[in-house]
Amino acid sequence: MSAEEVAASTPERHAIGISFGNSHSSIANTGADGKPEVIANEEGDRQIPSILSYVSGEEFHGTQAKAQLVRNPKNTVAYFRDFLGKDFKQVDPTSAHASAHPQQHESTVAFSIHDSESETPNTVTVSEITTRHIRRLASSASEYLGYKVNAAVVTVPTDFSDKQRAALTEAAKAAGVDVLQFIHEPVAAVLAYDARPEAKVSDKIVVVADLGGTRSDVAVIASRGGLYTILATAHDPELGGSKLDQVLIDHFAKEFVKKHKTDPRENARSLAKLKLESEATKKALSLGTTATLSVESLAEGIDFSATINRTRYELLSSKVFGEFRRLIETAVSKAQLDLLDIDEVILSGGSSHTPKIASVVGAAFPETTTVLAPSTSTSAINPSELAVRGASIQASLIEGFEHEDIEQSTHPVVTVAPHLNRAIGALVISAEEHHGIFRPLLEPETAVPARRTAQFATPKEGGDVLIKIVEAAREIHSRKPEPKPKADEKKDDDDEEDDVSDFTDSEDEEEEIREKKWKVHTVLAEAAIKATKKGSKVEVVINVGSDLGIQITAREVGAQGGVRGSVEKPATAVNGSA
Amino acid sequence: MSAIQINLPLPLLPAGWSSDKDFKAVGSLSPATQRSLEPVGPHFLAHARRKRHQRTFSEDERIQAQENVKKVEEDDADDLSEPEDPVMLQRDPKDWKNQDHYAVLGLSKYRYRATEEQIKRAHRKKVLKHHPDKKAAAGTADDDSFFKCIQKATEVLTDPVKRRQYDSVDEHADVEPPSKKETQKGNFFKLWAPVFDSEARFSKNHPVPSLGNENSTREEVETFYNFWYNFDSWRTFEYQDEDVPDDNENRDQKRHVERKNNAARKKKKTEDTTRLRHLVDEALALDERIKKFRKEERAHKDKRRLEKEAEQKRLAEEAARAKEEETRLKAEKEAAEKLQKAEDKKTREAAKNAAKKNKRVLKSAVKDNNYLHEGGDAPAAQVDRVLTDVDLIIAKLEATELADLAGKLSSKKGATEVKAVYAEEVKRLVEGGKLKEGEAASLAA
Ligand SMILES: Nc1ncnc2c1ncn2[C@@H]1O[C@H](COP(=O)(O)OP(=O)(O)O)[C@@H](O)[C@H]1O
Repeated sequence: MSAEEVAASTPERHAIGISFGNSHSSIANTGADGKPEVIANEEGDRQIPSILSYVSGEEFHGTQAKAQLVRNPKNTVAYFRDFLGKDFKQVDPTSAHASAHPQQHESTVAFSIHDSESETPNTVTVSEITTRHIRRLASSASEYLGYKVNAAVVTVPTDFSDKQRAALTEAAKAAGVDVLQFIHEPVAAVLAYDARPEAKVSDKIVVVADLGGTRSDVAVIASRGGLYTILATAHDPELGGSKLDQVLIDHFAKEFVKKHKTDPRENARSLAKLKLESEATKKALSLGTTATLSVESLAEGIDFSATINRTRYELLSSKVFGEFRRLIETAVSKAQLDLLDIDEVILSGGSSHTPKIASVVGAAFPETTTVLAPSTSTSAINPSELAVRGASIQASLIEGFEHEDIEQSTHPVVTVAPHLNRAIGALVISAEEHHGIFRPLLEPETAVPARRTAQFATPKEGGDVLIKIVEAAREIHSRKPEPKPKADEKKDDDDEEDDVSDFTDSEDEEEEIREKKWKVHTVLAEAAIKATKKGSKVEVVINVGSDLGIQITAREVGAQGGVRGSVEKPATAVNGSA
Repeated sequence: MSAIQINLPLPLLPAGWSSDKDFKAVGSLSPATQRSLEPVGPHFLAHARRKRHQRTFSEDERIQAQENVKKVEEDDADDLSEPEDPVMLQRDPKDWKNQDHYAVLGLSKYRYRATEEQIKRAHRKKVLKHHPDKKAAAGTADDDSFFKCIQKATEVLTDPVKRRQYDSVDEHADVEPPSKKETQKGNFFKLWAPVFDSEARFSKNHPVPSLGNENSTREEVETFYNFWYNFDSWRTFEYQDEDVPDDNENRDQKRHVERKNNAARKKKKTEDTTRLRHLVDEALALDERIKKFRKEERAHKDKRRLEKEAEQKRLAEEAARAKEEETRLKAEKEAAEKLQKAEDKKTREAAKNAAKKNKRVLKSAVKDNNYLHEGGDAPAAQVDRVLTDVDLIIAKLEATELADLAGKLSSKKGATEVKAVYAEEVKRLVEGGKLKEGEAASLAA
């Protein structure tokens, strides 16, 4: 995008980042220093419940509105984001069970609520609710920043349809917020990490697991030289923190039943109270090892108080944790990758605060994978803030661009690029394909055109060296670990056979060792650098064009001249093109 | 990005490597995949700037870019739709143990093959349709019983433990083995492969070897049957347990039911193992490949026997031939030796005769010349001396020398000439050390 002049006729554009979730929304601003700041609303919340509630014509928003779920559920609208831009047939009303129910209204979804002092309820469309919600968010941001916020970059799930985007654009516009760009939630999370001053641009495969309140989404992203490509996604529209709330609700309800012979889950109001408090208890268990739940007048006027420790909670929730883990594994296999291919797992979304989720996910991946979550890494960013931080960074980058300009730059004609199927690199130690060790310069799934530079060591005594540039594919090798020597070692050879079968029959068979290895697929080019000096280095630059033709240059660092050559583009450049 | 540092050394240039400008292009990259970059972050801005630089894209290019790109999001769950049986929609959710969970979710054709993701998507689809709020909106009775069936089905199928218990007894996924008659009439592989495929769902070990076809190797077929005879199954029968009373009052009753359940599970498991063994027995018995391999083996054995016999015969013949040859050679040798002996004798005799003749020449040379005496008859003493000396010379001469001397003498006439020849010979013999000076004086000069 060329930084063209800011539209002069309209008032000055001030853009923020907005993450708009079914459970919570957040707002953030990235200033000239490039550091995103997540803004607290008037009540001091940075995770603002996406809830609106109406009492005698007065509008409540966020945490205050959430509290109304107990007393005033029918006039409280919650978990509505995924209703926007859909017709009634397409929506799942389940999560709105304990709040205003969605209804069919013309071609969209609406709620019937008393949002005025009038006796008769009004039909308020989900679009109107969204407008009111965004208006509140923008006003909180304006209040804090001291100027009028009138534009935003908004995060959306990767499966958000064009219709949903259009509806959201429309609703935001009605709230005076010009949506400059929608960006995908998981990509915003990667950007939030990559925009940190200490971060270095590198090639890595990142899994972003966005574990929310009512749904969870996983994306496998190739991060190549600061460019991001989503390789696969997996969604579970029913898996989220509320399943964990339910675990605690059931646990406490059973305790209550034992003592008082009445089930608080059978009364809507009791259930709403128990749910609210169970969620608070769950959050407390992310920090402490025990937590107490106390509810005044839970059911039939009886106060209830109980304590639960983290171990107990984790045991009760292990099934749900397993679902989170399997969703992540599904996404990886949909990307046709192995868990060994994953360099980083970013846990995002509110439920990622749960320590056990981070450890269950960590255990599923090999040790080489970094898991970024508050409980596994001190440098982790608050998972609830990742999306909004990314959005605000993007907002600061494009704040000055015309809509037309943004539209042009985000069009497939610009975004669609050929991605390498295999890695390109050179052989070290030996030029023989079976003995040489492959070192990648360009990883698979790198978008071209692309260019990488590497500096290679030379043999001890220097001399003439060969640079063999090859294309290589990753293979997974698995082998059985060496059988552990048995306690009873004094066996003669005749017994050996029995020994082996004993081993394979045993239940606690050791897991096989799995490793990633490169296998040379095609030799692309060879180049010679003659008479390198002892201890010198050779710099190789590979430039892959958009037609997959390759330019290679190599020279001894600090020496004159060097070698230069090119490799022809292949006959077919793109797989499966129509 | 900064330069990647690689601390392992580049290989040495192989001897004899040479190329123009020290560079050789060898191959080309394999094709790439069109994917969509996320238009996010500073590096993308740079990418867009480069790509759009002084360039406008044609409408064609814009459309094409959209068409070729690899999708990451699935379309609607169209693959997961099947007609709903009206009877099923009337089910009582309390009878969930007997409900076909896969049918409830519209996954009849997938069953144990359905992925967790498919189950979740199928559930979603059903929820969107059968949620009580939807029913209310459609004006139908506020009946959420089928919705409860859906929830129960999902609860069972998304819990790996419960799903295994259910899959263990999901008769709809069973494939009845064909009868002997059917097998003999039809195609063994077509008929039996689905049976093993369905049984394979219970395998703890993967991959499960396939039944293969008529061209499978003997090793493959053996691996297949070995696998099935050692089948390690996770199949369990908890799902068919009798309900255990949930109250604390009647502990004995509870324990009794539990014991009964355990016994029933064990029994069913044993029966299942036997059933599978019989099934494999049956397949093995009907598998033409086994017969083919046996026949091949027999043929192979026969061939081996014939070969062995032929070999033995060949060896015996060879030995006989060798012996014959040996005898022949021996006889030949003996004959040759005999011949040689005779020849030798002949030569020896001839030599002897020649020597005799030569000796005679030597003697007659003196005799004919008056014993080398000049004037009148030679006195007896002269005769005696000369003859003794001739004998002495003869004794000293080899056969050839004898022949030589005889040759020389035979052409000589007169005592003088003969004597000269003798004198010369004596001289030669004295010089050769065969005669001493003064010996054979009567013949010396
Ligand atoms: N500290 C915490 N520990 C555990 N769960 C948390 C914590 N903070 C928030 N959550 C849970 O995260 C969920 C909300 O996550 P969020 O990312 O806001 O969801 P959404 O994407 O649906 O808006 C809720 O279930 C909430 O209880």
